[in-house]
Amino acid sequence: MAAIIRPEEIRSDSGKLGGNGHGETSAVARSISLAKSPNGGTSRAHMIKPTYVRDPHPIDFPWQIEWNPETCIRCGSCVATCTFGAIQPRLQRQGQTLSAGNFPKPVDASQVIMAIKQVSDPKHYCRGCTMCEKVCPTNSIHPVQNEHNRFPLVARQGGSPIKRGGRGHMPIRVLDYVKVGRISQMTDPSLDAARHTFDLLTPLGRGLPPEELALVNENGRLVNGSWMLPMRWIYPILIGDMSVGALSWRMWEALAIAVAYLNEECGLPVRMSSGEGGMPVRLLTSEHLKYFIVQIASGHFGWNRIIKAMPRMVTDPAAILIKIGQGAKPGDGGLLPAEKVAPHIQAIRGVPKADLLSPPNHQGLYSIEESVQKMFLSMNAAFKFRVPVAIKVAASSTSVSVFNNLIRDPYHIVGGYFLDGIQGGTGAAHEVSMDHTGHPILSKLRDCYLAAVEQGKQGQIPLFVGGGFGDTSDLAADAFKAICLGANGVFSAKIFLQLAGCVGNEKGRCNACNTGFCPVGICTQDPRLVARLDVDAVAQNIVDYFLAMDVELKKLMAPIGNSTLPVGRSDALVSLDKGIADRLQIAYAC
Amino acid sequence: MCRMAAIKSESPFAPVLMLRMLLAMQEGHDNSGFAMVMQDLGGAFEGFKHFPLLSMACTSVGLERAEQILENQGFSPKFDYQPDVDAKPGLDFRKMPHYIFRNYRYPEALNSLSDSPTPEQKKLLVETRLALRAALSPDRQGYVYSFWPDVLTLKEIGEPRDIGTYFQLWNENHWLQARVISAQCRQNTNYQIVRYAAHPFFLEGYTLMGNGENTFYQKNKEFQQWLHPAYIGFESDTQCFLYTLHYVVEQLKWPLPYYKHVITPLTFEEMRQRQDAPVLERIRQSCQNLEINGPNTVVFVLPDGRVGICADAKKLRPLVIGKHAEHRMVVAASEVCGVNAVIPDRNDEDDVYPGEREMVIIDNSLEVQRWPQ
Repeated sequence: MAAIIRPEEIRSDSGKLGGNGHGETSAVARSISLAKSPNGGTSRAHMIKPTYVRDPHPIDFPWQIEWNPETCIRCGSCVATCTFGAIQPRLQRQGQTLSAGNFPKPVDASQVIMAIKQVSDPKHYCRGCTMCEKVCPTNSIHPVQNEHNRFPLVARQGGSPIKRGGRGHMPIRVLDYVKVGRISQMTDPSLDAARHTFDLLTPLGRGLPPEELALVNENGRLVNGSWMLPMRWIYPILIGDMSVGALSWRMWEALAIAVAYLNEECGLPVRMSSGEGGMPVRLLTSEHLKYFIVQIASGHFGWNRIIKAMPRMVTDPAAILIKIGQGAKPGDGGLLPAEKVAPHIQAIRGVPKADLLSPPNHQGLYSIEESVQKMFLSMNAAFKFRVPVAIKVAASSTSVSVFNNLIRDPYHIVGGYFLDGIQGGTGAAHEVSMDHTGHPILSKLRDCYLAAVEQGKQGQIPLFVGGGFGDTSDLAADAFKAICLGANGVFSAKIFLQLAGCVGNEKGRCNACNTGFCPVGICTQDPRLVARLDVDAVAQNIVDYFLAMDVELKKLMAPIGNSTLPVGRSDALVSLDKGIADRLQIAYAC
Repeated sequence: MCRMAAIKSESPFAPVLMLRMLLAMQEGHDNSGFAMVMQDLGGAFEGFKHFPLLSMACTSVGLERAEQILENQGFSPKFDYQPDVDAKPGLDFRKMPHYIFRNYRYPEALNSLSDSPTPEQKKLLVETRLALRAALSPDRQGYVYSFWPDVLTLKEIGEPRDIGTYFQLWNENHWLQARVISAQCRQNTNYQIVRYAAHPFFLEGYTLMGNGENTFYQKNKEFQQWLHPAYIGFESDTQCFLYTLHYVVEQLKWPLPYYKHVITPLTFEEMRQRQDAPVLERIRQSCQNLEINGPNTVVFVLPDGRVGICADAKKLRPLVIGKHAEHRMVVAASEVCGVNAVIPDRNDEDDVYPGEREMVIIDNSLEVQRWPQ
């Protein structure tokens, strides 16, 4: 029978090993020494001192370890596996009543056993990552979520705000209230997802109105009249920006391998953003660079190497992405804790071992106009205007204003608008930012698209959206709905980590990306933990998911009778909620 | 579903041929109306080819309003054709009090007559038609279909046989004659049943009708609404095909084959095997909201009298083109029985079924050309 370890048991059974495993005397041990009340009574109410009540205890934590002493074989796998030091082996005296002799008489006895105990130090609280459960050969241990926990109160002791990784949590999931409701029947037959040819590519790069294309009629054929703005046709679902540093080098490598395989073996032109952390020089100087969107953010991490590699580049990157903000922590810059700044990260980013904070804004940019003229022009010029330059911002009440400024820019140098919603993931952020700041993505996407429609400029700056897409593992459906609402494409990141084995979720499991102790080797630079990741298996998982997703996208295209992406085809959608329907300007259905 | 019929002939012919074709195909449509655009007119209008011809159905109030507007613009009546009608009881259609087919003189300042209107005349004719439409629409006092030299439009809601009877279109020697007529017999669109929703549609010398469903209607409409003042209405998703044709050929001045590239772009795989891939990729990006992507076949008439036909990329809507050398006419219909109704004794092995990657052009010498995309 499994047993939750409770204070009473520890108090009655613990011997001298009642400490918390960190050289401290536990509140329990102290309470034993004070077992008698001043008036000689034994009432527990009188025994408890304020320190006992105040000190952290596993019952305050979001996860509690449930351990079964009867089936446990004491192999130690769970303790060895737990990267957070949340469980420890302890010796424990166990009372027994024995009978012996011809006339059995109860005899009190005791034995010392080894027990698995949850640590009560908040620095080592259990994250519920389930690694102990995964490695246990006898299913004797697992974490149980503690809905009555007081962790937000305990964790701020010492005056330090709570930080974590993962995604923010939203009370409702709007995408679930949106369905593909316009089904082709008789007048426009559905297509056959297996037989028809589908063209699922989307442009990345600035588009011009047809009348501004510099085309010249030469004997009935249109030819290029002058230089053309850079543009790529890419797969509409991108791997979002996650840096080397936030990710282990093996995880980043697995993503890169998957992307190369999808392009070269599967014919899917999937693109991946580097994140703000630079890229390996060998990749920068290889043909595979064309599959990558190179990101520059306010910290400019990694750009020293990128610039030095430029003379040796054999091809152009897919695009440059200037990150202004991100959805998970809008108004905040990137944050890579010193724990994760290993020597190879120092080398690739060109930094010492320290907390790496990207400033909240690009120093030296004070206005949209300036950002367009200075930063965009610099990046365009750096690659001789052969590479689209896009911008990524956090979704906000001001998104449309920013978008309007960019789409009206007379120089046509903004090649994409990446909008990141409140449910975007991150490797590290203050929890207060992640849970309480940001803007849901769908209404902002719709606002931007309709703003473009109002000006007849839809499609001129391709819209890409991210933030929570694929959080129920159905990325194809999420992306398809966003495309119908006006997105040219969707970027997603967290789901690809989950495909690699990440167990973090929006219900409070793990999300320890900020600690450097990622139990599956994804968000850590500790070689012992990174070794847990099988690069090839992860790459294969990601490739398999993309291939399945490609079929699923076609299964969504077929019933609405379209063989090319229905960007802005909001008449294909209905909403089960009147408020959502009205806000997104789609039909309400019930 | 719509059934379409078009004839291009060397000599003028009466609309009875269109009625025969459409009724032969009546199992495929619902007999909910009759609409036709006649171009390169003969018969009553043979002598007035250069004078703008107003085609309008209206009430007395509407007529008065329209005449006032035309007078204010400087137009003066040149020739008024009052169709003889057979108003026998029991005809099943929604008759309007007045049917106006009237040629006007241009205002004095623009009164030069040539084979095709000058840019200033074109602008004035479009603006005037839009003004008439705007004046008559709010209280439904009338419907203005076309105001253009050598073009006559008739649209009615009801039983095509009865509409033919009323306007005496069954008459083989009717005074209304033309060398190009496009017609169809279904007013019951997916949207409201209104006269303006009936194709063929006409704009500045371009006529177009389409079969099927425009699944990118919303995308087309949202993009087109800002491109030209005459891109209005959108009562039917087929209007979008006309506006795209007009935009590509008339506004952008792109060669006609690029209409096909805009509405049904090549797949990327096909595109990249061509030398002009960079241009086609740009066109695809810039014109992504003009793609049609539905099951459609469109039939159009150009200002120079050529007739064009193309299908969507999946070719889910059929069309057949037949030709009889001795009759000196080319006939296009949604179904073979429609062609058979006019030229049954042709060699049907020479019939042309436009494919999904070609545009078929019937030129002014009645040669049927197939232009691969």
